[in-house]
Amino acid sequence: MLAIETERLTKDYAVGFWRPRPYRALDSLSLQVEPNEVFGFLGPNGAGKTTTLKLLTELIYPTSGRISVLGKPPSHPDVRRRVGYLPEAPYFYDYLSAEELLTYFAGLFGLRGAERSRRVASLLDRVGIAGERRLPLRKFSKGMLQRVGLAQALINEPELVFLDEPMSGLDPIGRRDVRALILELRDRGCTVFFSSHILSDAEALCSRVAIVVGGQMVISGRLSEILAFEVSGWELVMADLQPAALESLGSAVRKVTRISEGRYTVEVTPEAEPERIVGELRSRGGRFVSLNPVRTTLEDYFVQQVTARKATAPAGRAVPEG
Amino acid sequence: MARVICLVAYHVFKESVRDKVLYNLVLFAVLMIGASYLIGQLTAGQDVKIIKDLGLAASSVFGLFIAVFIGVGLVWKEVDRRSVYNLLVKPITRSQFIIGKFLGLALTLLVNIAVMAAALYAVLGLMLWLQPGLAKASIEAPVMDPQLLMAFALLYVQLLVVTSVALFFSTFSGPMLSAAFTFGLYIVGHFNADLANFEAVVESQAAGWLGKALYYILPNLAPFDVKAAVVHGQAVSFSYVALTTGYGLLYAGAMVALAILVFSRRDFK
Repeated sequence: MLAIETERLTKDYAVGFWRPRPYRALDSLSLQVEPNEVFGFLGPNGAGKTTTLKLLTELIYPTSGRISVLGKPPSHPDVRRRVGYLPEAPYFYDYLSAEELLTYFAGLFGLRGAERSRRVASLLDRVGIAGERRLPLRKFSKGMLQRVGLAQALINEPELVFLDEPMSGLDPIGRRDVRALILELRDRGCTVFFSSHILSDAEALCSRVAIVVGGQMVISGRLSEILAFEVSGWELVMADLQPAALESLGSAVRKVTRISEGRYTVEVTPEAEPERIVGELRSRGGRFVSLNPVRTTLEDYFVQQVTARKATAPAGRAVPEG
Repeated sequence: MARVICLVAYHVFKESVRDKVLYNLVLFAVLMIGASYLIGQLTAGQDVKIIKDLGLAASSVFGLFIAVFIGVGLVWKEVDRRSVYNLLVKPITRSQFIIGKFLGLALTLLVNIAVMAAALYAVLGLMLWLQPGLAKASIEAPVMDPQLLMAFALLYVQLLVVTSVALFFSTFSGPMLSAAFTFGLYIVGHFNADLANFEAVVESQAAGWLGKALYYILPNLAPFDVKAAVVHGQAVSFSYVALTTGYGLLYAGAMVALAILVFSRRDFK
């Protein structure tokens, strides 16, 4: 059974008061998330990430399409008991302390007594705000609220957590803590579905990602598969090389950088056969040091996709007629 | 299921207990009731009536303020500040959320009405203690009249109706507009009986029907006001209180159901 499955999920919002026109926030999103994986849902601002998360938690209702979370519709009581959700820039009740808030939410899951106290205390400790547990939440900074948000998302020891921009508002230490927490959840058997526009987070954490731009899915798959075939060239390091030897290579060479006397880094185009170039340079007295493929980083890929989409997409996102 | 509703209700109550505005309102109401003692002194022989009248009026005004000002923010504040996102993904349905919110404010109002009733009885008790001859002088109604409780009970049910109206508006509109609508309906509600007889004074049959329709749709709040009868010692029968309470609870229930209907379909963008 898949942890999350959506089929042609579409959401239109009405824009305008007097003559509301539909605006397509999400367009036919079909997504599959396996259990026990860390899945990164990536896209620029306004791509439809939060809309998708709200659909998956039924804070909004789909215009069309089908959603299944842990094999059931998202509003199913059984699903509610087994998932956790951290909204983007979470906000909580001013009048409660972090401890009271978690106690309240734990109560909604039917936890009580010693078990409830134990879980609240251990979560506050885990997210690093045990010292501030009695402080009213109105005194909390953005980063601290984010930590409270994480704690409340985990109060029921969920099988699946939705994290909307979990790193936003956090300092470098906070980000490191959240990364560690996500990996810890995965090791415990929890499925983590998180949205982000910070790609280094995704590269460090995810087994699979999906990229959405303008409400549409651009690609979904293993990070290694998405980036594997995107070899953008080769980086060849040679020693004991005469500058004249390099000139003979012609158009296959993109850039030459001198490291030290006789030692050069040669960037070769992806079309060129690196073995042939190595052979040629060796025959001219060069000594082979190393050869590495230059791969596209997720960031390169992302920028490339987003730019391409924006160039081809029509202005606005009106719902197609008919 | 009931446990979840109780948890939401308890937190509405907890929030209002921690809200300083509420204390100010209750304190002011108690002060008003206390001050009625002084005003009562200015009128020869009518002091007990004045105290009862002013005490009940103060309770009714401040009860209304609490019901409207907390009521209009009940749902709107949660949606506006997005705290509802954390809550509604948990094992709680939207209808449980709305019912919990309503019951929470009902509990807050109950405590406030009890405080105001106790304050009024305290002032009356004080008078009796200071002027022992008063007991004989009050011929219409006893000083510590238990009928006052009937008036407070009906006031409470009326405030539940007001709360349900405020809660309903709060599910789809901002606090300013909701407060204006609720106050408007409160005023209209006191003159509702006139709408029933509208057809007798207008020529047009359509206008008469419209009046009749509005009479049934809008809350009829005048029957909840038994101040004058209680103050002048006219008995308010138990069956009248029971019938009026029944109407009030039915109306409030219908408004809560409407609030659930609207809230359940909402997208939290």
